[in-house]
Amino acid sequence: MDLDLEPHHEVFRASVREIAQGVVEPLAAEVDRDHRFPVEAVEAAREAGLMGVLIPKEYGGAGLDALAFTLCIEELAQACASTAVIIDVHTSVGSEPILLFGTEEQKRQWLPRLASGELLGAFALTEPASGSDAASLKTSARRSGADYVLNGTKVFITNIGHAGVYIVFARTGADDRAAGVSAFIVPADSPGLRVGQVFKKMGLNGSPTGELVLEDVVVPAANRLAAEGKGFTVAMRALDSGRIGISGQALGIGQAAVDQSRQLLASQPRRQGDDFTLAEMATRLESARLLAYEAAWLCANKRPFTRIASMAKLHSTDTAMDLALTALQLAGEEGTIAGSPFERHMRDAKALQIYEGSNQVQRVVISRELLNTR
Amino acid sequence: MNFEFSAEQLAIRDTIRELVQDRVAPRAAEIDEKAEYPKDIEKLFAENGILGIPFPEEYGGISGSSVSICMGIEEIAKACTTSSLILAVQALGSYPILVAGSEEQKKRLCPPLAAGEKVAAYALSESGSGSDAAAMKTRAKRYGDEYVLNGGKQFITHGSIADTLVVFAQTDPDANHRGISAFVLEREKSPWQAPKLEHKLGIRGSPTAQLVFEDVKVPAANRLGEEGAGFKIALAVLDRSRPGIGAQALGIAEGAFDYALNYTRERQQFGQPISSFQGMQFMFADMATQIEAARTLVYRAATKVDAKAPDLTKVAAMAKLFASDMAMKVTTDCVQALGGYGYISDYPVERMMRDAKITQIYEGTNQIQKVVIARALLK
Repeated sequence: MDLDLEPHHEVFRASVREIAQGVVEPLAAEVDRDHRFPVEAVEAAREAGLMGVLIPKEYGGAGLDALAFTLCIEELAQACASTAVIIDVHTSVGSEPILLFGTEEQKRQWLPRLASGELLGAFALTEPASGSDAASLKTSARRSGADYVLNGTKVFITNIGHAGVYIVFARTGADDRAAGVSAFIVPADSPGLRVGQVFKKMGLNGSPTGELVLEDVVVPAANRLAAEGKGFTVAMRALDSGRIGISGQALGIGQAAVDQSRQLLASQPRRQGDDFTLAEMATRLESARLLAYEAAWLCANKRPFTRIASMAKLHSTDTAMDLALTALQLAGEEGTIAGSPFERHMRDAKALQIYEGSNQVQRVVISRELLNTR
Repeated sequence: MNFEFSAEQLAIRDTIRELVQDRVAPRAAEIDEKAEYPKDIEKLFAENGILGIPFPEEYGGISGSSVSICMGIEEIAKACTTSSLILAVQALGSYPILVAGSEEQKKRLCPPLAAGEKVAAYALSESGSGSDAAAMKTRAKRYGDEYVLNGGKQFITHGSIADTLVVFAQTDPDANHRGISAFVLEREKSPWQAPKLEHKLGIRGSPTAQLVFEDVKVPAANRLGEEGAGFKIALAVLDRSRPGIGAQALGIAEGAFDYALNYTRERQQFGQPISSFQGMQFMFADMATQIEAARTLVYRAATKVDAKAPDLTKVAAMAKLFASDMAMKVTTDCVQALGGYGYISDYPVERMMRDAKITQIYEGTNQIQKVVIARALLK
């Protein structure tokens, strides 16, 4: 047992921190206030090679593991949660399905452009009537010669409008549950693909979220990921490791909340009640960090990680929410003023308990694993 | 980074697990009910080398690693908290010798402890000096080559049965905590009295003694470290033992969790096992998550101890705080999951809930852990 990070992970973390603190963090308040895509932050990440952390070197990426990816997202989220979710979704659920399930040809075609950041990735699973119950999705993909024709509406799509390519899940088979779902790589410039409503949200304001409308979008069969009917497997596997990235986001927000609380308390006369609050915050964050790193380590070392990744997502995002609320309470009224990082962290943290499988869904996953395998 | 035990550690764990299942678990309810120290289990652990885990090989042990100690305590505590204290307190009572003893003292005092021929204990608290350990009144006065101890200690686990007792006493009362020194009392040479054992809520088989020292003579050769170094030694020991309390809490929670999860699969209500109800499933998902979070923190602290990391004080306090609070919550929820059966003594979870409470209190209350953590954060 050795729970220290390897030196190469520490070096990588430090390199991300430099960009996160130097470029990303100074933009965070403005990006949040103006609800604008953090172009400069994403560009800095692109230049530093952070868009292809998980993509092997042979496809133009950095070829790093899930733990490095977690550290990357953690550092970015500590600076700006919007930037972190953009890069997280791009890297994990937006690119990993091609890496894990793509043919050699698909990998050669798409991964270098995703790794370089030329294309931003996105993941289109959720629909207006199909959230936690993803297997009930209705978007259709009708086979037509060498192509499929996609119709339907996807919703709550992160990176909407900025993505160059979407991983879209649609129904190809007669089966009305998971067995009828297939996955497709759909370029954003496909005719018939358009951005619907872009939502105004309570937080993560720099990260665009909205509807993806598909009207007779023709997708070549060569863009189908995995076999027909295997799309749900692709989605679930992508979400398994996606949860590790979300845990990284939660750690970053949690760390920011702890650091800002600590600075605040250090500038005031010491009060034991506040000291105890800070001690509890730091303790919970440390437990969440270790659980997230454990999930990442298991994933990186090809061990089963579904249960621990769900636990990490559940625990770290609940912790981030709680720490953000507690930090705001410590900050008092000043923390509630728009533009204060305290109120921003609270608004940003809430999304983490909901997306990539709400925390209720994590509990379903965990209890399923407990009751089947223990 | 590696989250897995070594092959050697897994071998030790499997040995313990088997012994615990066969010999400890069947005794746990009786040990609790009769509030009797399980001498048979102490003997079992001694014979199987388990009490050698806290000691490096050169002092007659098999490991000395905090990770291994925690692993052992966790395994035993899954079935019987009282029995887990046999290992935990052997470690606690020996740490002062291992941390601050001279080579001669370690070579002389450790082998019988590692072999389980002797039982160790650690005497810091007094009736008027709990969290404020520096306020202790027990006095050690030097006369030539020996010290004479007078005073009393409170809440000393195994204080009545120990053969080797580490006692903290004032050698220079005017110097406050800088006047405290640490001594190893060997029962045959320096006998002490244990006039009263406490009746307790939990860990009922583990004797918790009030100790009295009346002109107890201790050779100066049994002083650990310099005069006045005692308080530092006491704190250094607690830094090292706290992950073990975390491990104990972890084991208690896991024992209760496993029992309760299994129960919900068997228990039928409304024509189906109660494990099929989502309300129950979510409770168990939350419990399992909190257990796993505590586990990583406990072993993080243990690896920090083994590496003598500069922040081990903070992380050890975090592990103890988080794991013990977790265990209290999880065992309470396990009693809830069993309903009325959870509340009665025919089922083990109420015992585990009672046992969990002490982990929030001893080796520094959780309030003291927060003081320690906040001090580290705000220094």
